[in-house]
Amino acid sequence: MDDSVLIRTVDLVKIYPMGDQKLIALNQVNLILRKGEFAGLVGPSGSGKTTLLNIIGSLDVPTRGSAEVLGEKVETLSHRKAAELRNKHIGFIFQTFNLLPVYTVYENVEFPLLLLDLSASQRKKAVMAALEWVHLADRAKSKPPQLSGGESQRVAVARAMVKRPDLVLADEPTANLDADNSHHILDTMEVLNRDLGTTFLFSTHDQKVIEHLRRKISLVDGRIANDETIGDENRRKRP
Amino acid sequence: MTILKLAVRNLLGGGMKSWLNAVVLSLAYVTIIWTQGLYQGMDRQVSRTMIDAAVGGGQYWVEGYDPYDPFTLQDARLKLTGKLEELAQSGEAAPVLIVQGTIYPNGRVQAALLKGIDPEQKVLMFPSSFLKDSDSEIPALIGSRMAQSTGLGTGDTVTVRWRDVHGTFDAQDLQVVQVMTTSIQTIDIGQIWVPLKKLEEMAGVENEATIVIVKKGLGQAEDVPGWTFRDLDFLLQDIHQIVKSKTVGASIFYAFLLFLAMLAIFNTQVLSIFRRRKEIGTLMALGMTRGKVIALFTVEGALHAILAALIGAVYGIPLLAYFVAKGLGLPVGTADSFGFAMSEKLFPTYSAGLVIGTTVLVFIITTIVSFLPTRKIAKLKPTEALRGKL
Ligand SMILES: Nc1ncnc2c1ncn2[C@@H]1O[C@H](COP(=O)(O)OP(=O)(O)OP(=O)(O)O)[C@@H](O)[C@H]1O
Ligand SMILES: [Mg+2]
Repeated sequence: MDDSVLIRTVDLVKIYPMGDQKLIALNQVNLILRKGEFAGLVGPSGSGKTTLLNIIGSLDVPTRGSAEVLGEKVETLSHRKAAELRNKHIGFIFQTFNLLPVYTVYENVEFPLLLLDLSASQRKKAVMAALEWVHLADRAKSKPPQLSGGESQRVAVARAMVKRPDLVLADEPTANLDADNSHHILDTMEVLNRDLGTTFLFSTHDQKVIEHLRRKISLVDGRIANDETIGDENRRKRP
Repeated sequence: MTILKLAVRNLLGGGMKSWLNAVVLSLAYVTIIWTQGLYQGMDRQVSRTMIDAAVGGGQYWVEGYDPYDPFTLQDARLKLTGKLEELAQSGEAAPVLIVQGTIYPNGRVQAALLKGIDPEQKVLMFPSSFLKDSDSEIPALIGSRMAQSTGLGTGDTVTVRWRDVHGTFDAQDLQVVQVMTTSIQTIDIGQIWVPLKKLEEMAGVENEATIVIVKKGLGQAEDVPGWTFRDLDFLLQDIHQIVKSKTVGASIFYAFLLFLAMLAIFNTQVLSIFRRRKEIGTLMALGMTRGKVIALFTVEGALHAILAALIGAVYGIPLLAYFVAKGLGLPVGTADSFGFAMSEKLFPTYSAGLVIGTTVLVFIITTIVSFLPTRKIAKLKPTEALRGKL
């Protein structure tokens, strides 16, 4: 396999049983994503974006076909191996932020590192750096309920980035944010994509996100209907 | 280590509910230690009284002697020889001769054990000295319960009939020189204490005994042929048994308290797993294995026991210390109803073993109860959890 290929799905099918019927959420999806991409799965509600993201994130398994992520075949991974893959290499950002409510901002960002057995000083350095990226170093001691939506999502970005993963999967990261915060968070992620080379894959139907994408993969009814690279001239200018 | 740290954060982050659960658990915890300590204290106190006044440091019994079978008494006596004679001579042991007799108080017939003891003995804290220097032909000492059941009082005489060594019946009057107040029933009910020499005379034997009580702290000197040494474990087993039976009622009470606490914790766990399913999904997405999530929730629940121990220590230690120092006053009359020697004040004892044992027990039960609801997590798909489904 080509070294720069990060994700490769082959004839990926996901079927959900719905009583007697079957719901085909993903239908023969063939997708290749390379290192450093800033791509988005775009499509109407129910088109299979989250399903695809979850399989790529090894949170779910395909019904048929294959999904290879960072050289690992998701369909054959054990639970333990899948957890390890996520812990070491994949960062998640959710629509609803999903911060751990009883932990401080600092502790939330530190969490993935605790699972990685890093030393206390290594953790501290990484957490502070991640908080700097999202401009929240001064809120380290706050608890999630004290944060605004934009701040919460920035904490989530820091938490996803703190271990410097190869891949960040963001499922509708701006759905609960206003325009300013949406652009702000995407700007932050673009900078991280550029500076750290982290690959980003979004799922969205938000025009504001689409404006930032360098690749737009359109899903319709579980199939890839269109896949286009967007040149810089067509992208939103960074402020 | 990490899991423990996270669990502590979660538990303390749980706020009021965690504390409430821990307080309820601490109640059960302190009650267990409190009541067990009370009974341990009771056992110790009773044992000590028994050792001082009746049991001594152990007893040599003539082979075949069975206190529950009066028929064994007929031949249950032996000459003191060797070591036993030595001990008796030096005052380190008190021989007791036991003869089955019958008394006729107020025209009634009543069986009574005649027990001969040396009035000068120093082995037991037993008022045998009342049997000294008496004008009466057969001076007798009885306990207050015996006095009550026979209607005899100090100064009263009563006819006693017994069989001597040849099997011949004989009868004579004895005089009660003292009624002793004792809490110990085993030296009271159905017994009449007389001077050893007198009883030997009556039975027609010399220097013989049925049991030889050794001094407190001496224990078994050596094997003596014809005699069986009964140690304290044996002699006090009835007492231990009675105390144990008393603890049953208390056990039911604190088992109930413990049950309530466990119900609360179980409920909290079930609820917490349900309410935090999205958090569980997030933890899995962040790379936690299911095993670790289960461990986290289990430890979180088990920590209630630690919290309870801490809370329990705050109010339990002063409470227990107070009763250890001041004792617990028993209502008048309870002493007798216990069926064994009880003084008016009970001093509980709290051993390290009791405290540690209870802590470990409560911790293990709490851990199991905390673990059970987490099995739900084992079947949970990360995607479902993230969608807030269970
Ligand atoms: N666990 C599930 N069980 C049954 N059906 C499911 C499940 N998850 C998703 N689906 C169905 O699969 C289809 C694709 O769902 P998916 O969540 O991937 O869509 P989406 O593109 O992310 O939509 P949205 O934009 O609303 O988030 C939908 O019809 C959905 O109802
Ligand atoms: Mg979705």
